[in-house]
Amino acid sequence: MVPLWMYLVVAAALFCVGMFGVLSRRNAIAILMSIELMLNAVNINLVAFWRYQAPERLNGQAFAAFVFAVAAAETAVGLALIISLYRRRKSVVADDANLMKW
Amino acid sequence: MPSDFAPISALLILSVAVSLIIVFISRLLGPFHPTTRKLSPYESGMQPFGEAIRRIPVKFYRIAVLFILFDVEVIFFLPWAVVFRDFKLYGLAVMGVFFFVLMIGFVYEWKVGGLEWD
Amino acid sequence: MDITIESLVFLIFGALTLGAGVLVVTSRNLFHSGLYLMMSLFGVAGLFVLLAAPLLAGFQVVVYIGAIAILIIVAIMLTPGLTQIKTLFNEQWMVNLAAAVIVFLVLVSVITPLMDDVGVDNWNADFTEDHPKAVAADSMTTLGEQLVDPDYFMLPFEVASVLLMAAMIGAVLLVNPGQAEDESVVPPEGEEV
Repeated sequence: MVPLWMYLVVAAALFCVGMFGVLSRRNAIAILMSIELMLNAVNINLVAFWRYQAPERLNGQAFAAFVFAVAAAETAVGLALIISLYRRRKSVVADDANLMKW
Repeated sequence: MPSDFAPISALLILSVAVSLIIVFISRLLGPFHPTTRKLSPYESGMQPFGEAIRRIPVKFYRIAVLFILFDVEVIFFLPWAVVFRDFKLYGLAVMGVFFFVLMIGFVYEWKVGGLEWD
Repeated sequence: MDITIESLVFLIFGALTLGAGVLVVTSRNLFHSGLYLMMSLFGVAGLFVLLAAPLLAGFQVVVYIGAIAILIIVAIMLTPGLTQIKTLFNEQWMVNLAAAVIVFLVLVSVITPLMDDVGVDNWNADFTEDHPKAVAADSMTTLGEQLVDPDYFMLPFEVASVLLMAAMIGAVLLVNPGQAEDESVVPPEGEEV
């Protein structure tokens, strides 16, 4: 079988790609998509550790299922915020939302 | 265990292969002499202008949010539905609380007019 | 690692996940980013199957690809003006890239047996096992039992419903149908996004 660290390397790479996207993209929706990538990296980690380290308990899978629910909630509210921002300022660039920036 | 997925992987490979073949077979077999006129989106007609992506009404987003709610419900309902007979009334009560709380959101969207199309 | 069917499938899905993930971040057209996101999520579903969690793979396809990615694409269509992107990244993107690469290298040095080979002791964690115990193929029954069991996940399960309700009310409130619809307003042409 594939050793555990290979899954972890894939997850770490996906996480870092997502992190770069969150830090660097200007479009708010692209930032949200990068966050989805990071959440998926976390999910790979959870399931991989469940499979290799504690297969007798189902915690890893259950936690991943809850991450799905959290991701759905986060996406719904985040996109609603972005749409609301777009309707008011006609922009989806995250840097343009600087009204409360000091 | 992985051998259980042989049919689905066969399906995956087959569908990818078939779609690639369909895309490229006409290019390979048929004659191909491109001109600017032939490559334009409408060969006889007015030139398209603007973007293909038009802004759609925000109503679609409200429907999509409603869809997400019921889609996420599935991941909790499905495992519960497999075993709910073993838990009898208790399992029903636990799911009842879950469902009731979700319905608050649904009723709110309904009351606030989120389901009105016009 | 010798090449078996499983390692081959792992390489395919891992490459699909990472390649599509990089394209999500670097695509100029946001709509393409959304489609690549779907591809990346599908690769993750394949990895879940390899990890003996077919239930989660199904959820991944149904919830992530079927709902979340669709919601993102709907939102992309709600906020147009995407083809005139002049600058994709903000001005500190090189620093961010360096930071991401450094974080990745640190993580790799910890999770792979690489540092042992170099000769640094007690650095990396031991994640080299490759023959985990067999698990039952059907995790749905167990998950269902544990979801309603107070000793396991009953409380998170109920809290998840509160979270979903709050998210839904918040989303509906933010795109309030009562407020003036501004759908007739067209964004200025050539505005960079």
